[in-house]
Parts: sequence; C-alpha cells; structure tokens
Amino acid sequence: MAILLALIPILPLAGFLFLSIMGGRIPRRMIAFIGAGLIGMAAMLTPIMGLIFLVSPPPGGAIAVTLWEWISTGGLTAAITFRLDALSLVFIFVITLVGFLIHLYSVEFMADDEGYARFFAYMNLFVSSMLILVLADNLLLLYLGWEGVGLCSYLLIGFWYKEPANGYAARKAFIITRIGDTAMIIGLFLLFIHLNTLNIQELMQQAAVKWGQGSSLATWAALLLLGGALGKSAQLPLQTWLPDAMAGPSPVSALIHAATMVTAGVYLIARTHVLFALAPAVQLAVATIGALTLLLAGFSALTQHDLKRVLAYSTISQIGYMFLALGVGAWSAGIFHFMVHAFFKALLFLAGGAVILVLNEEHDIFKMGGLRKKLPVVFWTFLIGSASLAALPLITAGFYSKDQILWFAWSANKGNPWLWAAGLTGAFLTSLYTFRLVFLVFFGESKIQPTHQPGRLMVIPMVILAAFSLLAGFIELPGSMGHIRLFSGLLDTILPTVNMIHGNLPEVFFQVLSAVVSLTGIYLAYLVYLKKPALGDSFNKTRLSNFFYQGWDFDRLYDILFVKPLVWLAEIDKNDFIDIFNSAIARITLWFSSLLSLTQNGKLRWYVMGFAIGIVFILTILMNL
Amino acid sequence: MNTIFYIAAALALISTGLAIAGKNAIHSLLFLILSLLSISVIFYILGAPFIAALEIIIYAGAVMVLFIFVIMMLNVGMERETEKRWLKPRMWVVPLILGTILLIDFIFMLKTMAHEETARQIILPKQVGVSLFTTYVLGVEIAGMLLLAGIVGAYHLGRQKKKVIHRFLKKEEIIEVPNLKK
Amino acid sequence: MVTIPVEIQILFAGLLFLIGLIGLLVRRNVIFMLMSIEVMFNAAGMVFIIAGAHWAQVDGQVMFIFMLAVTAAEVSVGLAIILQMFHHYKTLDVDELNKLKEIN
Repeated sequence: MAILLALIPILPLAGFLFLSIMGGRIPRRMIAFIGAGLIGMAAMLTPIMGLIFLVSPPPGGAIAVTLWEWISTGGLTAAITFRLDALSLVFIFVITLVGFLIHLYSVEFMADDEGYARFFAYMNLFVSSMLILVLADNLLLLYLGWEGVGLCSYLLIGFWYKEPANGYAARKAFIITRIGDTAMIIGLFLLFIHLNTLNIQELMQQAAVKWGQGSSLATWAALLLLGGALGKSAQLPLQTWLPDAMAGPSPVSALIHAATMVTAGVYLIARTHVLFALAPAVQLAVATIGALTLLLAGFSALTQHDLKRVLAYSTISQIGYMFLALGVGAWSAGIFHFMVHAFFKALLFLAGGAVILVLNEEHDIFKMGGLRKKLPVVFWTFLIGSASLAALPLITAGFYSKDQILWFAWSANKGNPWLWAAGLTGAFLTSLYTFRLVFLVFFGESKIQPTHQPGRLMVIPMVILAAFSLLAGFIELPGSMGHIRLFSGLLDTILPTVNMIHGNLPEVFFQVLSAVVSLTGIYLAYLVYLKKPALGDSFNKTRLSNFFYQGWDFDRLYDILFVKPLVWLAEIDKNDFIDIFNSAIARITLWFSSLLSLTQNGKLRWYVMGFAIGIVFILTILMNL
Repeated sequence: MNTIFYIAAALALISTGLAIAGKNAIHSLLFLILSLLSISVIFYILGAPFIAALEIIIYAGAVMVLFIFVIMMLNVGMERETEKRWLKPRMWVVPLILGTILLIDFIFMLKTMAHEETARQIILPKQVGVSLFTTYVLGVEIAGMLLLAGIVGAYHLGRQKKKVIHRFLKKEEIIEVPNLKK
Repeated sequence: MVTIPVEIQILFAGLLFLIGLIGLLVRRNVIFMLMSIEVMFNAAGMVFIIAGAHWAQVDGQVMFIFMLAVTAAEVSVGLAIILQMFHHYKTLDVDELNKLKEIN
C-alpha cells in the first residue's frame, strides 16, 4: 500500500518526462489528457492514502516509503524517502486537488497557445517538485523539491518568453528566491554539522535534546531556515518578486499562489516547528514579519490597477497571516488558513484569468465594469472567492480561518495586542481591496464587452473551488459555535497545541469584532468605489497612493542599496589588471590574426612569392646543416 | 659531343630567358619551342633517344600548339604597352635576388656532392617500354585516369555559355561573384 | 657520349628551373605564368633523365613519361581555366582574380 504514496509525486514527474520528450509529436488532445490526467490520478490517490492513514493510523503517526538510497557518504546519508504524516497529508491533498483543477482549467485556457506541451510539462514538474518537497523525510530531499519549485516558477513566469519583460520578471523571481535559498542551504549545513543528520524527525528530536531554549545555535539555524522561507513565501524583505511574477499565464499564477511555491515557506516553518519553538526570538520575528507584510501588502493591493497584481498583493498579505499564526505558535491555525486560502485564491485567479481571457488580455480593472450580467458564472464564483478572502462572517471558510488567527494573535502566550491590531487592520484592508475589485470589475457601468463565455472546462474547476471556499470552513468551527475540531484534531498528532493565556477575553468578542471590521470594509468599498468614485480618484492621485502602488518603493530601495553599488563596483573592477591581461591576450591574438590575414590577399603571385621564399629559406637552412 | 652539349645548353638557357622576358606571346612561344628543341638534343646526348623524340612530339608539338590555339582563340592584341606596364624593371629585383640565392644554394650543394663516375650507356625505347608495362604498369593506369580526368575537366571548364536566341528564353544567371564584404 | 661531369648537367637543369621560377614570379599574364610552369616541369624532368643516365637505369625515363602525362593534363585544364577567366573578366591579369581573400 505504501508504494501508492510514492506514486503521488512520481506520476506528475512521469508526465513531465513524457511531455518534454514526446510533446512535439503527439496531438494536443493527447497532451491535455496526459498533462491533466496524471495529476488527476495523483489527486485520486491522495484521498485513498488519506483514508488509509485515517482509518488505520500507522505506528508513529506516519507512513514512510523508501525508494532508494540517494547519497551515502561519510556521515551523510540521504534516501529518497517519502513520509506521510498529518501535516504532509493536508499539503498533498491541497496540492493535488487544486493542482488538478488548475490543470483542468488550463486545458481550455491555454488551448490556443503554441507552447501547449511545454506548458503542461512545466506544470507537471511544478506539482511534482512541490509534492517531493512536502513528502520529503529529510531536508536534502526537501531542498531538491524546493529548488525544483524555484526552477519551475522561473520557467513558468517566463513562459511567454518572447516578451523581454516576462523574462525579466522570471529572472527577478529566480534571483530573489535564490537569496533565501542560499540562507536555507547554509542553515542545512549548520544543522548537519551540529546534529550530524538531515532526517527531519531525528533532527527535531536531537535539537530538542541538545539545544536549550533560546540557545544561539538554535536561533541561527531557525533564522537561516526562516530566510529560505521568506524568499519562497515572498515575505517582507524578499517580497518584491511576487507582484512581477504575474507575467506568467493565469493558471501559473493560480498554481504559484495557491497550491505550490509560496506556501513552501509556511510548510518549512511548520515542519521544523521544534527549532522555532527553541528560538523564541526568531518565532517573534516570524510573527512580526507576518504582521508587517500583511499590512504592507494590504495597502499596496488597495492601489493596484492590474487585476492580477491586486490578487498577488493579497497573496502576500494572506501568507503574512499564516506567518503571523506560525509566529504566535498557532501552528494548526496557520495550516488551516493555508488550506482555505489555497481554495479561494486558486478560485480568484482562475476566475480573474477567465475575465482577462474573455476580455482579450485586458488587465486594468478601471477599464472593466458591469460584467455581473454578462459573465454570471464568473461573477458568482469570483464573489464567493472574494467573500472568503474578505472573511465574510459565518458562511465563508475564510472567516473561520482568519478569525482563529486573530484570536490566537491576542490570546496565545506568544501573541500580543500589537500583532492582533495589525491583523485586524489587515482584515479591514483585505475586505476593502477585495470588494474594491469586485465592485470595479463586476458592478458599475459597463465599459467593455466580453468576446465569449468561458467554456465548460474552465467553469467546472471554478465551481468546485467555490464550493470548497464556502464549505471548507465547517470542518473547523470555533469553540463558541459548534466546536468542531476535525482539522486541528488531525494536526495535533504532530503539531503542538497553542498555549493560551487563561482568563482572557472570550472568543466571541473577537469574532464579532472581526465580522464588524469585515463588513465595514465591504461597505466602505461600496461607498468609495461604487457610490462616489470621485473619492477613490482623489486618493489615487496622491503621492501616498503612488508610494503604495509601487509596493512601498522596495524595488527602488534595493536598487539603491544593492544594485547600484554592485554595478559601481563591477564598473571599477572591469579595468583591473587581470582584465587588462586577459583582454591583452585577446587583442594580441587579434592583431596577429589581422597581420596574417594580410597575407591572404587573393593575389596569386603573392602566394607564389611566398612559396619561393619558403623554398629558398628551407634550402638555405638545409645547406648549412 | 661535349661541345654540342654546351651549345645546346646555352641555346636552351638563352631562348628560355627570352621566352620568359618576351612581350609578345607568340614570339615567346616560338622561343620556348626553340628551348625545347635544344633540350631534346641534350636528352639525345644523355642517351635517351626515346625521351628526346617525346619531347619534340608532345612538348614542342602538342602542348605548344595548345598554347597557340588558346592565344589565337582569345585573340587578345597582346599589346606591348600593357605588357610593359605589367613588366616594370623594379618587379625583377626581388625574383632575381631570390633566384641568385637559390643558385648559390645549388652550387654549394653540387660542390659538396661526392663525385661519381657516370655509367655511360644508351637506354633504348624497348627497355623503357618493357619497364613501363611491367614494373610501372600501375603507374600507367593511374596516368591514364589522370588524363581522362584532365580531358573531362578541360571539356567542362572550357565549355562556353549557351547562346540564347531570344531574350524571353534567357535564364538569369549570376556570373558576378557576390561581394562578401557587404 | 658526353664526358661532362654530372654536376654541370644538374646545374644546367637548376638554371632552367630558376629561369622558370623567376618568370613565374615576374609575369602578370596568366599565359606566361603557365609557360613558366612548363619550363619548370621540363627542368625537373631533365633531372630525372640526368639521374637515369648517370646510373644507367631505365626508371628515370619512365618517370619523365609520367611527368609528361601530368603536364598534359595540367596544361589542358589550365588553359581551359584561362579561357573561362578571360570570358568572365576580359583580362589575363592574375591580380584581377583576388576574390578569394580574407575579408577585413
């Protein structure tokens, strides 16, 4: 049975290999069938594995299957071992399900693209890498998946490579995540040197035994791993790549934002939670970074014109919530928000992609409007996704997950009122910018005509995701209303529960407060963007708005801090003596070449003269020997 | 006999020199034929009567006639002015210097050569023929192929472009070698 | 039969070769260049004959005959090339044929 687990990442990998080798030679229907079908098989295997896992809980809380020994040298042994526990079960469930729906959607979305096989090959590799990442039982294998995800994001963001700007965005994503990856690999070295293993389970046990609470080694290791997580998850210092990553096709954005890539950082922190628990300072940093990022991205999302960029900033903001949850020790709340977010964010990207597709690549939300009647299915699904993102109380999944985080931010022993305040402000911003989007795109006067209706293959995934966006919240209801703990009950087998500060305010108080905040945001959006557009316009013209629009000018800051000094140094370095030496070799060679090419002047008599001189020369030398 | 050799040798050298330095192609060819005849005499003296005959028949006969044909076909004026322009006195300097050095090399080499008595014997055509068709029969075959290739090549290269009677039947043909510099 | 030392004979052949070489270097007219080459061929052949006579061997003469074949082929192809050249360039100046050169 365990071998089924290995099939889950292998099936998409096989799809990648097949499509990259045979993609040019098989018909398009076949490409779609293989590309989406293999993910679909993986998505069907996942519930089977989940049932096996839940019905007969394996000893030790995990199913492991070792395929082969990968590296065995000196003290380092790393095997290709896939390990399924409650945490990775949640992740593979989301990855395969959402990934499959996105693939299904792509079959129609990309139908007219010339790089059809290439697209599905990359997408399959992307899903496969992410599955390897979350199923890896040692950090080295995890790093393989980690890098695979980075590579695929590069390939897919720059998918339409004929446009230089897309290539630039792809390089930006690759290089910025590389900074985080470098920190992470240094962290792996540190862990291996001190704990002599890279197996995650052993690592966590030994770290807890060998390293005391708040020891400097644990702090460094956690900090370096956090660096990797920040790069992949686009959190505060390294968040600038994600908005530009919108250069790729919409399904790619959906895949990056919902199922793969950006949630890798969340997974990494949850997976190595023992380390973070040992380093309270770093954990506080995680929470603080999450809180700051969600505010920053929320303000930026409020000013964007591009439909996909709004969603990109909202992703950064929502990942900020997950970091906030992880930072205050509410592990399962963070993972719950990840799952819910995957559903509604994939839905929003797919619906947004459908809008963009039927409007002939129109991205500017100010040029849209009144699409409610023209694209009813897209409107309703988009509305459900938006409601979930804005945490509309009681009916949406987003409400339950976000409310949980806010509550923990206040009442967990690692939380504090500041984090809670940031989260609450973020919630207000979220509902404001989300419904700004909804009102601008679907309400108001009609400015643009859709060319056609999205087809069946695009609508079905959207409807399924919409259902999940509404219903997924009911598997984890707060103590004040029903107290269903299916999700956290599952995760409690491996993740520690939250330490609460007792005698605090009741949870209901927070729920009411966040509901009020959410509804206020929606009403304000209605007021500003639908009733009195002049208000919004006047804000859009301010310098502050432009500052937010540029993503708080982080690009310019990095330009000044890093790029310019580097270019300056390179400029100086360009003329050092080694370069002079090297270019001198080249120049001398060129000079000799031009000298020799003078002799090849096409004049026959000149050549004969060369012959004669050569003969005379050789003969004279021979004489004198 | 020695006197005849020296006379023939001097004649050969002088007529070759005149042929090389001449301004009129036909005159030069005639000088060359004279040179070939003297060389043929030398061959005869050296005891190779068959080669002497071949020299006259093939060189002075066939090859030179070929030259004359070509000169006549081209029908160029062979103006003395052009040749004069091409043959400026200073052009002789470097070749002559080279020639002198080479000559010195020759003399030096011949001086250091060990002196040997020459076996004096006339080699008759029959011996040449027997050797040609026994020891060197493979060489003869190869020479035959070379001549065949020469014939085919000469035919191919020497063929003139077809005359086109009507301009509508004319095929565009690029004669000019494309200038690669652009 | 002659009693001239073989060195003198070879020197004569060498002189003939030199005259041909100088002619090849000096002339710009292709026909004259071809004639110079003929002279050089002849001089080389003469060395074969001299050597054959010196050792009273038949091989020298056989080699001369092969050389005749080579010369005949060379002359016929060479003259055909001259015809084509005159046809295309309307000149016999070899310096005009300089298309086969390094571009720089």
